Amino acid sequence: MSTPDPTPGSGPAAGPGETGAGTATAEHDVLLDVRGLKVHFPIKKGLVFDRTVGHVYAVDGMDLQIRRGETYGLVGESGCGKSTFGRAILRLEDLTEGQVLFDGTDLASLKGEELRRQRRHMQMVFQDPLGSLDPRQTVEQLLLEGMRAHGMTKDRDAHERLTDLLREVGLPRTALSKYPHEFSGGQRQRVGIARALSVDPQLIVADEPVSALDVSVQAQVINLLADLQAELGLTYLLIAHDLAVVRHISDRVGVMYLGALVEEADADDLYEAPLHPYTRALLSAVPVPDPTVEDTREQILLVGDLPSPANPPSGCRFHTRCPWRQETRCDTERPALRTVEIDGVAGSHRVACHWAEQIASGELQPHAVTVSGVTDPTLTTHDDDSALGAKDTAYPTTDGG
Amino acid sequence: MTAQPITSPRPAADGAGEALLSVRDLTVTFGRGRKAFRAVDGVDFDVYPGQTVGLVGESGCGKSVTSLAIMGLLPGRGNTVGGRVTFAGEDLLSMPADQLRDRRGRDVAMIFQDPLSSLNPVVPLGVQVAEVIERHKGRNRSDAQQEAAAMLKKVGIPDPDRRLKEYPHQLSGGMRQRALIAMALACEPRLLIADEPTTALDVTIQAQILALLKELVSESGTALIMITHDLGVVAGLCDEVNVLYAGRIVERAQRHDLFATPRHPYTGGLLASIPRLHEERGRRLTPVPGSVSDNIPWEQGCAFAPRCANAVDVCRQQTPTLVPDRDAVGDDRLLRCHNPLTANPVDDTPTVEEDAR
Ligand SMILES: Nc1ncnc2c1ncn2[C@@H]1O[C@H](COP(=O)(O)OP(=O)(O)OP(=O)(O)O)[C@@H](O)[C@H]1O
Ligand SMILES: Nc1ncnc2c1ncn2[C@@H]1O[C@H](COP(=O)(O)OP(=O)(O)OP(=O)(O)O)[C@@H](O)[C@H]1O
Ligand code: SF4
Ligand SMILES: [Mg+2]
Ligand SMILES: [Mg+2]
Repeated sequence: MSTPDPTPGSGPAAGPGETGAGTATAEHDVLLDVRGLKVHFPIKKGLVFDRTVGHVYAVDGMDLQIRRGETYGLVGESGCGKSTFGRAILRLEDLTEGQVLFDGTDLASLKGEELRRQRRHMQMVFQDPLGSLDPRQTVEQLLLEGMRAHGMTKDRDAHERLTDLLREVGLPRTALSKYPHEFSGGQRQRVGIARALSVDPQLIVADEPVSALDVSVQAQVINLLADLQAELGLTYLLIAHDLAVVRHISDRVGVMYLGALVEEADADDLYEAPLHPYTRALLSAVPVPDPTVEDTREQILLVGDLPSPANPPSGCRFHTRCPWRQETRCDTERPALRTVEIDGVAGSHRVACHWAEQIASGELQPHAVTVSGVTDPTLTTHDDDSALGAKDTAYPTTDGG
Repeated sequence: MTAQPITSPRPAADGAGEALLSVRDLTVTFGRGRKAFRAVDGVDFDVYPGQTVGLVGESGCGKSVTSLAIMGLLPGRGNTVGGRVTFAGEDLLSMPADQLRDRRGRDVAMIFQDPLSSLNPVVPLGVQVAEVIERHKGRNRSDAQQEAAAMLKKVGIPDPDRRLKEYPHQLSGGMRQRALIAMALACEPRLLIADEPTTALDVTIQAQILALLKELVSESGTALIMITHDLGVVAGLCDEVNVLYAGRIVERAQRHDLFATPRHPYTGGLLASIPRLHEERGRRLTPVPGSVSDNIPWEQGCAFAPRCANAVDVCRQQTPTLVPDRDAVGDDRLLRCHNPLTANPVDDTPTVEEDAR
């Protein structure tokens, strides 16, 4: 494991207060500090020799800090590496490169008992509560299992604690003797949350915790997560693809594309003034449950799919789909996540785009995008259909493309 | 406002007179005797040419079963289908199987949430699309193949000639869904039923597919039944929206009316449950309490009563019927509720007309 390049002068021993890189975290109490994190999965071929023929660059240079007590929302399209990142933080994946400091300690420096103790402070909540709960265990057994692993059942109040846990997540006492399949989806997710809470963690990594739930139940779980945070002072890393949900509960939001952050800002700043072309497209694509908004808003329709993380594009990873892509730099030089000096944009707002300033000022305008040499016909036939709203923003007929 | 019978035809925007599809008292029961379970319970609606009708509701409310019943795609055993489904004047439910198969694909097409399950994994995509065109339009193989390539191009699949040679697993989810739409559209169906067509896709891909469906409806006059649990999708796409709860329609309204002035407490609850991009952050969500497992049977009263903040005594004693909602803002609304909302829970705008209050 090597020290990542974008970490100016801070070795593994550096405390949270000493982080540099213009990330404006110095004055904050950083609980989780991730530096130059990479997780690459080898692609193997051949039955006998098991050759490695390439890598999936699932996480490829993540830098982010999560402050104690905040909710950090991580969004991005399927396959961009969100879950792998979450798992890597908990050391459920091997790190190819980079480091993860939890409360100032590098987990890689810990072994055995010490590692186990640190791990207790970080728990995970999954998307599919049924898949992540052992179907043969009652809720009581499920909850006790984690506590036992961390030596928390020795004291006599283990049962009192179970009752408290259930009350906290809004399940009746009778739930203790039931099996996961006897619950509805929302109740199962409450069991999953109770299990994470059972060992008294500081950080909860919630990977799509409400994606599988019906909207009415989803709202119940969102409120529950907010209440628990207020009550227990928890820190959340919330991984989700639903941008409205993420905005609703996050203090800060990071947008991921093909293994790395392309933008990060306070939730309100990000949604009010998205700087990165990908963030703009993503936000404009979210269907809004308000017909008046739907009829008038302008959409930036992206062309094509997420490129394969086994063969990511050169330069800016978004350049193959970017309506603002320029002839120079975009396909050759990978943009760093940096702060920008733009009027009205906060100093904590970071973006990884060479042209963020020029795009924000309107100096650069979007143009049509072509995929594999073929102009996407869904984008060129819309010119007479204003309801689609694509023409003014993203695809005026300009020379640029 | 004048009284209107529930079934009065409501011409679509382009003034087409008669309903293309008319569903009456559609009922689907799984199992028999004491174990019988009514997944769809007396559903009525019409679809006009060029109209997009939405069916929304939470998981298990009967959306997919409704569409499968219309298409005659429910497995014959273990379920009973009742009611009438009339397509262009013909009764689909009593139609012989071979005739129905012919209708399907040519006049009525369907796309599903999981495109992989509707594609044959061992046959190249091009062959599958071409076969559909051959069968339903009577083209020869080479004409059909050309048409297939043209269709893929139309739905935004780049490099269609190469894609036609590929197998379904070689395509991304978005590409597969486009391919399926291409197959559905190849035969220029008069009615397209889309069951959660974008639920498994990313928002940027979803936006592409929804744009495609919108264009289809406006250009070719295809009627569209859009099945989804996503109120955002409904808001941008549907002309008329039907909200389903426990197998029954509980509210029907035109899209703008429904979102501005929801009348059924369940509709209001759904709207108050969703976080929105266009509002102040951190508003406390007011979810519908409980889950569908708290429902009471419709025979006893209102199935939603145990979860409903508006519930009054009569709700648990008398089954509410779906009747014209004359107090509401907007025309042609139907409502099944004893004690409807008088204000939108999201922003407190009144949901009833002045003189009715
Ligand atoms: N164990 C593994 N071996 C090889 N490739 C993997 C492994 N785990 C994940 N990947 C690949 O890494 C990439 C990132 O996957 P990941 O699950 O982190 O994405 P995600 O952003 O969580 O997506 P989703 O929104 O679909 O959950 C994907 O291309 C995935 O196929
Ligand atoms: N083959 C079947 N046998 C028995 N019950 C069934 C069968 N198919 C569906 N059901 C039941 O019928 C009800 C309605 O199911 P349906 O699939 O229509 O729901 P849905 O509204 O499409 O939900 P979702 O949003 O989850 O797709 C459910 O309670 C379901 O369990
Ligand atoms: S009928 Fe009664 S219980 Fe049912 S939704 Fe209306 S108010 Fe609630
Ligand atoms: Mg994931
Ligand atoms: Mg369904």
